[in-house]
Amino acid sequence: MPLGLLKYGRGDKYPYEQHADLPGPTQLRDHYDVVIIGGGGHGVATAYYLAKYHGITNVAVLEKAYLGGGNTARNTAVIRSNYLTPEGVRFYSASVKLYENLSNEFDFNIMYSQRGQLTLAHTDATVRAFRQRAEVNKHFRGRTELIDRQAIAELVPCLNLDPAELPVLAGLWHRDGATARHDAVAWGYARGATQRGVELHQLTEVTGIEQSQGRVTGVVTNRGRVNCGCVVQAVAGHSALLADKAGFALPLVAYPLQAMVTLPVKPFLNPLVSSSALHCYVQQTSRGEIVIGGGSDPYPLYQSRASLPLKESLIASAVDLFPFLSEMRLLRQWAGITDMTTDYSPIMGLSPLENYYLDAGWGTWGFKATPICGQTMAQLVASGGQVPDLIAPFALERFDRFQQVNEMGATAASH
Amino acid sequence: MSGPRLDAPFGRLIDRSCPTQFEFEGQVIQGFEGDTVASALLAADHWLISRSFKYHRPRGPLSLAGHDANTLIQTPEAPNRLAEELAAGNHPRLRAQNYLGSLASDRYALLDRLGRFLPVGFYYRAFFKPRGIWQFWERFIRAAAGLGVANLEVQPRYTDKQYLFCDVAVIGAGPAGLNAALTAAQGGADVLLIDEHPYLGGALTYHRFDVEGTQSQDMLNTLCDAVTQHKGIRILSRATCNAWFSDHYLPVFQGDRLFKVRAKQCVLASGSSEQPVVFRNNDLPGIVLCSALDRMLCHYGVTSRAPVVVLAGNDSAYLTAVNALEAGLTVAAVVDLRSGPGDTDLVTVLANANIPLYTNATVYEAKTDSSGVRLGKVHVHTCAADGSVGALQAVIPCGILAMSAGFMPAYQLACHGGAQLEYHDDRSAFALTRLPEGMLLAGSVNSIHELAAVCVDGRNAARRALRALSLTTDEDETRHCPQTVNHPWPIFKHPRGREFVDFDEDLQIKDIINSARLGYRDIQLVKRYSTVGMGPSQGRHSALTTARLIAKATGRTVSETGVTTARPPVKPESLGVLAGRRFHPIRTTPLHDRHRALGAHMIPAGSWRRPAYYGDPKDRAGCIEAEAQAVRTGVGIIDVSTLGGIELRGAHAAEFLNRMYTYGFLKQPVGKTRYAVLTNEQGVVIDDGVAARFAETHFYVSATTTGVDRVYRDMQRWNAQWRLDVDIANVTAAFSAVNVAGPLCRDVLLAAGCDLDLSPEGFPYLACQEGRLAGIPARLMRVGFVGELGFEIHVPSLMAAALWDRLMSAGEGFGIRPFGVETQRLLRLEKGHIIVGQDTDGMSHPGEVGLDWAVSHRKPFFVGQRSVKILAAQPRCRQLVGFALSPAAPMPKEGHLVLRGRDIAGHVTSCEYSPTLGQIIGLAYVHPDDSGPGSTITVRTDRDVCVAANVVALPFYDPDNLRQGL
Repeated sequence: MPLGLLKYGRGDKYPYEQHADLPGPTQLRDHYDVVIIGGGGHGVATAYYLAKYHGITNVAVLEKAYLGGGNTARNTAVIRSNYLTPEGVRFYSASVKLYENLSNEFDFNIMYSQRGQLTLAHTDATVRAFRQRAEVNKHFRGRTELIDRQAIAELVPCLNLDPAELPVLAGLWHRDGATARHDAVAWGYARGATQRGVELHQLTEVTGIEQSQGRVTGVVTNRGRVNCGCVVQAVAGHSALLADKAGFALPLVAYPLQAMVTLPVKPFLNPLVSSSALHCYVQQTSRGEIVIGGGSDPYPLYQSRASLPLKESLIASAVDLFPFLSEMRLLRQWAGITDMTTDYSPIMGLSPLENYYLDAGWGTWGFKATPICGQTMAQLVASGGQVPDLIAPFALERFDRFQQVNEMGATAASH
Repeated sequence: MSGPRLDAPFGRLIDRSCPTQFEFEGQVIQGFEGDTVASALLAADHWLISRSFKYHRPRGPLSLAGHDANTLIQTPEAPNRLAEELAAGNHPRLRAQNYLGSLASDRYALLDRLGRFLPVGFYYRAFFKPRGIWQFWERFIRAAAGLGVANLEVQPRYTDKQYLFCDVAVIGAGPAGLNAALTAAQGGADVLLIDEHPYLGGALTYHRFDVEGTQSQDMLNTLCDAVTQHKGIRILSRATCNAWFSDHYLPVFQGDRLFKVRAKQCVLASGSSEQPVVFRNNDLPGIVLCSALDRMLCHYGVTSRAPVVVLAGNDSAYLTAVNALEAGLTVAAVVDLRSGPGDTDLVTVLANANIPLYTNATVYEAKTDSSGVRLGKVHVHTCAADGSVGALQAVIPCGILAMSAGFMPAYQLACHGGAQLEYHDDRSAFALTRLPEGMLLAGSVNSIHELAAVCVDGRNAARRALRALSLTTDEDETRHCPQTVNHPWPIFKHPRGREFVDFDEDLQIKDIINSARLGYRDIQLVKRYSTVGMGPSQGRHSALTTARLIAKATGRTVSETGVTTARPPVKPESLGVLAGRRFHPIRTTPLHDRHRALGAHMIPAGSWRRPAYYGDPKDRAGCIEAEAQAVRTGVGIIDVSTLGGIELRGAHAAEFLNRMYTYGFLKQPVGKTRYAVLTNEQGVVIDDGVAARFAETHFYVSATTTGVDRVYRDMQRWNAQWRLDVDIANVTAAFSAVNVAGPLCRDVLLAAGCDLDLSPEGFPYLACQEGRLAGIPARLMRVGFVGELGFEIHVPSLMAAALWDRLMSAGEGFGIRPFGVETQRLLRLEKGHIIVGQDTDGMSHPGEVGLDWAVSHRKPFFVGQRSVKILAAQPRCRQLVGFALSPAAPMPKEGHLVLRGRDIAGHVTSCEYSPTLGQIIGLAYVHPDDSGPGSTITVRTDRDVCVAANVVALPFYDPDNLRQGL
């Protein structure tokens, strides 16, 4: 047992309050240099990097519900960088690099576990696409390769290689694929940010954006209004609604995305396994639960209620891949709202308002980008609007310029 | 092992004439038909059933109703099955789970002693230094957690699903549900009554509602008779309504069957969960909820020689003591958290039976007997209403402690529908509010516990449902107000801890409080940090205590604190049953058997199966080469039935096509075909096909095999806006088609007999005509996808086999040879034709892939036109070109990258060895500067070998298009 735990032997006498991860509630102040709307992973990560690396601490993170309660809490914690476009691979690889050191940076274990991710190809078209992804990844020093059936069988012996009339032809094996405790990522960032003076205001909903001459001057909340030097919006599924309050449109469509989890069993599955054709992925958490997820619901909706048809089809696919799961028990299903762009890449950077910065369009791929988003958004804010190279391809104007960063093939059902 | 059972009326569920047996942990256990594994184990005085999740503490039944995780056991097939729900005898060999060594002496139990060093969320505090070490520790933590073991060898059983419809679904067949069902049925509604247990009556079957115990028995008989005899009521027993989805869509699990119920109204009579008292070692085997003891006696006739102590937070617990007394058990004491029962008669009953009553007292600590794993005695202390504990009053030896701190509505289904839980300080209880429309509460889920009021509440819920269905105008009966059944603070912190709030997750009072002390103040954060409520029972027994503890720790009211909402399912549900039969339809063309007989190697193409080539996969290259050779020099035939076919008929058919596709179609002559490219609004090429005009008002358009469904859907969507006079029909399956190609193909057609003039003049390239071929009505088109003289012949699918047979026999003398889709890919590549989806991706616009010529610049509109124009005006970033390599070069594969210096310029989309041309040919995206014929590109092939390839003009084969025009 690690010696670090010995101090807790003092029981209730251990001064938990002095070592609290999060401060208690405080009053809103009149003015902040930076207001970050959205207390999910991205919002608190941005605050953290602003405070730690740019010395900007007069920052308020405004969260309408509770810390990390939106898609940070609902996602299935897939971390990977095996994307298709050079822009995507560079960006997500930088995120993976940050993740690898995050526990130590925080002094808080986010349980980052590099178990590898295996994506299955069932058609020759997918094999071609996977080869291209493997090649692009390799080009940027990612550890991704195309492997054959035999290698797949050795990697995941309990996998059914001939599911649902769709024999597995090959697999994209991404050694850098990982998972982590998603909540802990938000907590670690919030802890580091608030320790440096950032204020986290939960139960604080932004109801209006005040502006004058193309600049934001303040935000109105259910707890009163505050002045601000600039605003960062990082509200995931509600991005388009918030942008609407700020007076501009984002090319986003919101779809529910569902996931589910079984009762825990002893470990049998190490890598994260997903199937491109069955629109299904399966992984085992460190608690032993099997997490099952898939593609977004087929219709746009601002609602996070779960549905039966999706559960039936998703579980059917999971049982096709791992027949023995049929004897396991489903414990819980839930949904989040994903803000999808047409090219499956995010919208980051400047907005039509001069001092209003965007971190949106995170669809089903937001969690894995949390650290790099925080880092680049902080750079953007600290520099007063100099867009870092890494996120320049994700600018809102790309939709007007017809310069999309198409990650559709690298995103569906793998997240 | 077995033990004596009580006589009737106790043990109402067991059939004493039918003994059964099973093995648990290697020990043979006797039981009776009707027993569950848990009840049979208890009858054998076997209380230790599992080891807990975190500390590996010994655990036995808590609710005996399948509502907690303490009796999760392992069958040979499946982990995590509830011993309280498994019928005894159905599974001959059972084991406990989550232990190392033996169940009685689990080596992991060391963790219980180390517990003080494992504070709530301990895993966030350590195991990560130095960097990367977590993956070492994780292995041990994963091995210690995880409960049961999945049997990786089992195959899914056959399970089925069924739809059911009803006017009123009544969930729960207790007194409220039975009354509701009966009233609704009597009012003319079609009623479906759903209950998770194998019997009707709910609490009437075990709970005593009065000291005499007669009230519930009489009511049970009357109600059950009336309900089972009423023709308007269908009963689903042993059936769990496991979720509520929008519009009263209810998944009901009954054994291996999933019923999908659509109800018009939904009466929720799901009852309530009895709540434990929180004190030190309240998790020892032998400590149960009062209702569990009642079930043990009344349902299974299981008795116990060990004395019983009852810990009461309400009057109903006293009735459990009376029940136990009547069953002949020794009741050692009743300990009341309050100053005494509301009903003073209960004091008299205890006094008459000489049972000591401790009031304003609690069990402060439980201790094990000599076995170390079973309850042996309890320490009774005085206590106050705020949970403060005073002096030791007594140490009472006992083997069973039955407790009731109150009830929590079985709120799950209501919460699935968006209902909220609101705390009532006056009753110290949560109640449901903001129910979805058409959901009605009845009975204890509605916080009504007094039996007569429960019955009225059930009838009233039914009346409201009937009124909503316009079946009655009856008003509600009046009923009594709710009585108080909840103790306000049944939580007794002990300096040495081990007062369990959440049994599933092994969370003690300090764990909950310390979560708040660490800053996780919101109930959702408490849940996520401590994992309270995340276990198999999903907070049934922990949510109320957690809300109270967090309210106190953060200085808020319990209402402000709230509880985390319940998500589906209500109880853990079988993945196999959810998956059902897993229907995987595949589509085969009418020629499928012909292909198989010819030895085709079939591959998937969307949901279709198509021949890749004919012959042994070991000689794939040889097969393809021979087939290609036949097409190039003789004649070949390919089944293209999977291609999409869409009929467009109507005055505006040409105008419609003109708006959908990039080319111009208004002036397309009748009897001619045109290539049709489809772009989306982003200007991306998404499909292609051929539009054949058979009349002014009639087009027949093909689409790609995998794209036709989307094309058809898009067509309908667009015309919903455009409102053009055109009928759109997807006739993909109605027509089947073959492509006969090669220099000898005309001869084959003539030999088969055709009433059309097939001469180059009578039927030129790109013409289309309807006629009879081999006596079969057919649509013929001259196409050139593979680059030879060719006819595509579309016939009604019923006649496809006849057509194939006649063409094959007519072609016999010409050496006709069937070819597959992989051969076709090679042939079209030689001809430089792209395949949408292979040579295009989600960004390809017409200019990039050399389809500029197929875009009309003279028409006012087509879908994607604006984008295509903008893209065409921009500097190009990449270009699809043909490249060639000597046959000795390392073969590039599709997906390999084209490099330009250190940058990625593009990738190879198609690449084959062409036996006809004697070289490797392919298509690739390259930098525009390298796109001219004569340029050299670098392709990185396997093992990072870079090859230089020459960009060549397309097509590779027959550049002057002499052959297809023959």
